[in-house]
Amino acid sequence: METRKIEVPVMADLFAKGEKPEYLFWVGCAGAYDDRYKKVARAFAKILAHLNVSYAVLGKEETCTGDPARRAGNEMLYQMQALQNIEIFKMYEVKKIITICPHCYNIFKNEYTDLGGNYEVINYVQLLDKFMEEGKLKIDASSLTNDRITYHDPCYLGRANDIYNEPRTLLKAITTNYVEMDRSKSFALCCGAGGAQMFKEAEHGNKEVFIERTEDVLKTNPKIIATACPFCMTMMTDGLKYKNKEEEIKNYDIAELIAISLGL
Amino acid sequence: MTKQIVFAIALLITLGVFTFTILRIISFFKLTKKAFPVRDFGKRFGVMMEVAFGQTKIFRKPILGFLHALVFWGFCVILIGSIEMVIDGLFGTEKVLKFLGVFYNIIMASGDIFALLIAISIAVFLFRRVFLHVKRFEGIEMKKISHLDANIALSIILLLMLSLLGMNSAYYSHTSLIGGTIEGVYPVSKYLSAIFSGLTVESVLVQYEIYWWMHILLIFAFANMLPYSKHFHVFMSVPNVFLSRLEPLGKLPNMDNVTREVKLMMDPNAAFAAPAADAPIERFGVKDAEDASWKNYFDSLACTECGRCTSVCPANITGKKLSPRKVMMDLRARMKEKGPKLIKNGKDFTDNKSLIRDYISEEELWACTTCNACAKECPININHPTLIVDMRRYLVMEEGSAPKEVKAMLSNIENNGAPWQYSSEDRLLWAVDLEMNVR
Repeated sequence: METRKIEVPVMADLFAKGEKPEYLFWVGCAGAYDDRYKKVARAFAKILAHLNVSYAVLGKEETCTGDPARRAGNEMLYQMQALQNIEIFKMYEVKKIITICPHCYNIFKNEYTDLGGNYEVINYVQLLDKFMEEGKLKIDASSLTNDRITYHDPCYLGRANDIYNEPRTLLKAITTNYVEMDRSKSFALCCGAGGAQMFKEAEHGNKEVFIERTEDVLKTNPKIIATACPFCMTMMTDGLKYKNKEEEIKNYDIAELIAISLGL
Repeated sequence: MTKQIVFAIALLITLGVFTFTILRIISFFKLTKKAFPVRDFGKRFGVMMEVAFGQTKIFRKPILGFLHALVFWGFCVILIGSIEMVIDGLFGTEKVLKFLGVFYNIIMASGDIFALLIAISIAVFLFRRVFLHVKRFEGIEMKKISHLDANIALSIILLLMLSLLGMNSAYYSHTSLIGGTIEGVYPVSKYLSAIFSGLTVESVLVQYEIYWWMHILLIFAFANMLPYSKHFHVFMSVPNVFLSRLEPLGKLPNMDNVTREVKLMMDPNAAFAAPAADAPIERFGVKDAEDASWKNYFDSLACTECGRCTSVCPANITGKKLSPRKVMMDLRARMKEKGPKLIKNGKDFTDNKSLIRDYISEEELWACTTCNACAKECPININHPTLIVDMRRYLVMEEGSAPKEVKAMLSNIENNGAPWQYSSEDRLLWAVDLEMNVR
């Protein structure tokens, strides 16, 4: 099998050449810095290359959306981040934004609008679902077709934005053995990391939220737990480790599963 | 005539007390802050029909949801009969709405059936509360008084239904005895009227009068008790759904006063265009009851402490102190405590207490994951997370108070544009040496 090198296009470079991509791919801080989630960003970049999508990333010009600051109560810091980002988007004439992180998705789609930032914001599961519907994304012989896969709904895709079907459509194209947890869709239990919890110790209680959620996962006896959020990924990975299940059950992002299925 | 006078006096007292209560509550609303503007009436009507009258969210727990729906729909039908009773009482008429013909029969028949169904549902609810240990009805916020409040309200509803059935049965029995025309249809009371067999016409009539008065006076009393109990829900829930936040659950409201400041910081020239500086300085976020928005306060009054929110809260499930229901109950209780003093002594009054800390601890506020499970679950669209974040806003922006890891995260964003301590120079390292297979 041949390999092809992928150069991830950077907005500033394209603009210097007088080119304008269709989409901005917003990588997010987790995609840029979190070792585990970098793999998701890489997998998604492969898919974008495979689908010949016209896009670019901001690279060094990207900065936090302000979501963790906002949900931790620092509205001032959030708005400074947001207005700074809106300026950059204006400079590059950004119209469409693809995110892999649901928190970035939510804040661009719902909250930047109050500060004058109006874009067509697309989460990658929506984009891939659309490409599949249009027949551009074809998963013929998935190597994962017999693997039992369950899906943990990220709160900021699910309850926050009512995105429940797209991830399921994608997963059902990958496997014939998709299984639902008892608490799923709008009933899904949070992984425990939203609302800036990711960055702090949990308050005193009798259990960690991610352990409670991992137990939901284990009940379905899956081979793979699919997620679509960097925070959920960290939490589920920790949960599997805590339960000593990291050998039997793997935690993948939907983007990675698609990339694997496509043999990228 | 005497009956009419007595009735008019009872009604006048009821309306008088009720007006007093409502004016008092309106004066509390005047203390609160603005929320979103209420527009999109068409959409709001749709939400009200679906969530309130369709009872869609309560069906997330199907069995008990169904019982509640029976009670709600029954109340709606029976309300028409109650209005008729008020007209009859005032003007000395009898079954004044009978001119509605077939509709009247339908209303009376369904009211009669619903009275039985509601009585059964309420009996189930009371049984669950008194004899079963339902986890949802427990928690630190559920004091003895909360349980008493619930049980009294349920008992009154049960009595209301029993008196209604008694009234209908006695009416049926008496009218049959005197050979009159029975106005309306009574599928349940027709059979219940057997209990009056063997009694004289006069004593059945007395029984009818007793049930009639019992039913209407209970309604009057109940209506005036409701605003002082968690069952204010009965009045407030439908309007609360109508006044729902229509944005996606993930969206937090923007703080426009912060936007003004940030824009000033970023562009000093804008200072000249800014509004006059003598505008009163608003506190950032919510510290006390009067900092909350009218919608937060509306939510707290509409809450009936069912605990569906708390039962799905990830923090609460795992033993943390946070309970979304408690947040609503605390806001209501704090307004009840401070509201009258604010009205009496002016808005600068302080009793050296506040909603934060004296009612809701920082520990509770920092346990929220903003997952919106509570808001999604609430049968009447109460929104807890926006209030919780508003209280965090106060803590962080006014007091600089936050867990130390949160402070570290905030300074990372401030200094290097990411919640972690990495340089923006490294933002593209993920894309280095990226290769894909091609076939």
